[in-house]
Amino acid sequence: MNLTLKIWRQKNAKAKGAFETYNVEGISPDTSFLEMLDILNNKLIHEGKEPVAFDHDCREGICGMCSLYINGKAHGPDSEITTCQLHMRKFKDGDTITIEPWRSAAFPVVRDLVVERQAFDKILQAGGFVSVNTGGVPDANSIPIPKPDADESMDAAACIGCGACVATCKNGSAMLFVAARVSSLAKLPQGKVEAARRAKAMVAKMDELGFGNCTNTGACQAECPKGISIAHIARLNREFLSAKFKD
Amino acid sequence: MATLDSKVPAGQLENKWGAHKAAIKVVSPGNKRKLDIIVIGTGLGGGAAAASLGELGYNVKVFCISDSPRRAHSIAAQGGINAAKNYQNDNDSVFRLFYDTIKGGDYRAREANVYRLAEVANSIIDQCVAQGVPFAREYGGLLDNRSFGGAQVSRTFYARGQTGQQLLLGAYAALNRQVAKGSVKSYPRHEMLDIVVEDGEARGIIARNLVTGEMERFGAHAVVIASGGYGNVFFLSTNAMNSNGSAAFQCYRKGAWFANPCFTQIHPTCIPVHGDQQSKLTLMSESLRNDGRIWVPKKMEDVKAIRSGAKKASDIEEKDRDYYLERRYPAFGNLVPRDVASRAAKERCDAGYGVNETGLAVFLDFKTAIERLGADVIRARYGNLFQMYEKITDVDPYKEPMMIYPAVHYTMGGIWVDYNLMTTIPGLYAIGEANFSDHGANRLGASALMQGLADGYFVLPYTIGDYLSKKIQAPKVATDTAAFDEAEKAIREKIDKLLAIKGKHTVDEFHKKLGNVMWEDVGMARSKESLERAIVEIAKLRKDFWKDVYVPGENGEFNQEVEKALRLVDFLELGELMARDALNRNESCGGHFRVEYQTPEGEALRDDKNYAYVAVWEYKGPDHEPTLHKEELHFEVAHPAQRNYKD
Repeated sequence: MNLTLKIWRQKNAKAKGAFETYNVEGISPDTSFLEMLDILNNKLIHEGKEPVAFDHDCREGICGMCSLYINGKAHGPDSEITTCQLHMRKFKDGDTITIEPWRSAAFPVVRDLVVERQAFDKILQAGGFVSVNTGGVPDANSIPIPKPDADESMDAAACIGCGACVATCKNGSAMLFVAARVSSLAKLPQGKVEAARRAKAMVAKMDELGFGNCTNTGACQAECPKGISIAHIARLNREFLSAKFKD
Repeated sequence: MATLDSKVPAGQLENKWGAHKAAIKVVSPGNKRKLDIIVIGTGLGGGAAAASLGELGYNVKVFCISDSPRRAHSIAAQGGINAAKNYQNDNDSVFRLFYDTIKGGDYRAREANVYRLAEVANSIIDQCVAQGVPFAREYGGLLDNRSFGGAQVSRTFYARGQTGQQLLLGAYAALNRQVAKGSVKSYPRHEMLDIVVEDGEARGIIARNLVTGEMERFGAHAVVIASGGYGNVFFLSTNAMNSNGSAAFQCYRKGAWFANPCFTQIHPTCIPVHGDQQSKLTLMSESLRNDGRIWVPKKMEDVKAIRSGAKKASDIEEKDRDYYLERRYPAFGNLVPRDVASRAAKERCDAGYGVNETGLAVFLDFKTAIERLGADVIRARYGNLFQMYEKITDVDPYKEPMMIYPAVHYTMGGIWVDYNLMTTIPGLYAIGEANFSDHGANRLGASALMQGLADGYFVLPYTIGDYLSKKIQAPKVATDTAAFDEAEKAIREKIDKLLAIKGKHTVDEFHKKLGNVMWEDVGMARSKESLERAIVEIAKLRKDFWKDVYVPGENGEFNQEVEKALRLVDFLELGELMARDALNRNESCGGHFRVEYQTPEGEALRDDKNYAYVAVWEYKGPDHEPTLHKEELHFEVAHPAQRNYKD
């Protein structure tokens, strides 16, 4: 396959960015999208040009490191996958592909397609944990948990923290990310103890860090590579309101 | 001059850890506040250690190369974590887990370490459940288990096909809690480029801020290396793209001895290589071998028909299928350990029975399980893995069997540590995959997560106190000393030198060449001849690299090519060390298979008389042969025998 790529280039956080156009040739349909970028970069280096910076690591859809807004969609045209799992067979020979970084006030560009997502760490630091120290905990089977609750908790816990939800949301809201963590812990007895404090603290931190408000468009759910449901946002709202009620 | 003292406590195997804990010193809360610890890496080992040390009250600084601690490669572990809870009433016990692990490692691990690992494993499950890790459960609400290779009991706890992710998110949450409290400071996008040693003790690190390219100095009373394994020396592996051996290798250069570098695990069930544009290999979890059956056709005409597309796997009748693991190893069947399963796949493919166009693939088939249990049950158990497979290969594994082939997955070798997990440099510790200690020559499935968390939560936080108890009156470590100056200067010179070469080939091109040499000559089957060839070729490649690599851009910026080049510099030396170690070990054991040493049936032939030791290498400078030291292994309880998975 031969392709035309329009890629966002930006030297660093302070520099002004712009699109540059590149061509790649002889790409196999079985090549992954990031391998296609590897091929481009190898070519650019040989031409004496600077390669395109992009984040990636596990290349199997679990670390959450890769990002990329491809033809106006987070993680590209396929559903329920990350960019690293996207394969070139989803494109046609001769296509023009536009590649941008996540666009969000809370995720500043580091270089080219690389953004900073430490805001997510900060939200979790505000309360995305169960306050237990290492050691001195009860036997694992001492608290039976109904299987449906454990399953639902796991559904939410599948979040990989990639930021596609924020990048997709027209308000730049992190509600799905926050809801996934709050909901995962709220479904388990271990997490219930601090549920109210957690919901309040994480929502407050999200607001403080410049993420937008949720207006229930559902775009985040549609683009989430792990298919996390906005039903978790409803649970977050419930947890948050009942916490406020108790104040 | 460092010496090899394993510091294994005296006494009966099952009493050693308890007696040792009672004997070692502790540090009072008031003094912990005055002590600084650096942790390199935020996977299960590093994340758990940093969180636990922070909880204890130490001042912890934790470093990772990604944008967040949660990206560490532990996150990609799929199948599960072992513990001898015996919740299934199948006669599991700490002893059985210990024995399976020693045997699975082909009697090349230290008994006392492995027993301790088995002993603390139960606490890990308790800890993770308390953190809110959503392990799979039975309808009664209690925890579910499944089986993994090399065990005849069901002791593996799991969270769908994302166990590593869930355990890491547990450790990361514990870490976040300490970051919020201020006991841990997190440095994402920072890469340790050197360890600083003064007066023979670890004093700190030099790290490169990957966003700005600036060098930063950090001092501490102890440094913990939890930077994972070095499987990416092969270029193609199941490791994440940024996983590397550099932190460990700098320690080796500065005097930490390196143990069993040749012990590499080749995982039997990975998606086969598809072409020369491939950047990495994807693992299909070992848990699939609970329900999947591995086979190739019995008849060569069927092999040819499948390769040409004239027949599909589903067209081959039962009687014409060779379920070769079930045939060769009736007692364990498809659940033999990884090294055995990988070699058996290679044997069939070498004999010409490989089922894809390259001849390097076998089938992993769920037909029997789907007929027995229904597609819904299989979907509930492995849905995400099936989806992952389909996205990569465009083949629906509910209808046609998966094609799989072995790939590099894990490195059992690593920095040598004593029973306290301290390296040969006082004050420098190594935990998790970065050390060598618990898996011998082959790691069993679901034991990497166990070891990372055991070291991080329950071993290191105790043993490090014994060393730090001697440092309670030591002042803050100054970073304006000659040792820090020299270390930083050496790094700057190395980077400047790389940037100045401006040769004709990219870092990746050299890395692929190295990977090719490693896979062909230091891979699944090694010989004296291939290893000697590899040593010559790697040395030549290293020379070419320093003459002809092109690293674009500058140091003082976000520059991924500089990162990759620095890592490849170390791989180009580490690869040679692996070949030397493999050449020295004139036996076959676990993942180390020397074609000269095999039984008539093609099984690994160990030489316990001459090689029942840990091979420990001391760095002697660039272009100098390292010195070999030996830690003799003594088996008081699990007496070495040829591993038998047949009956």
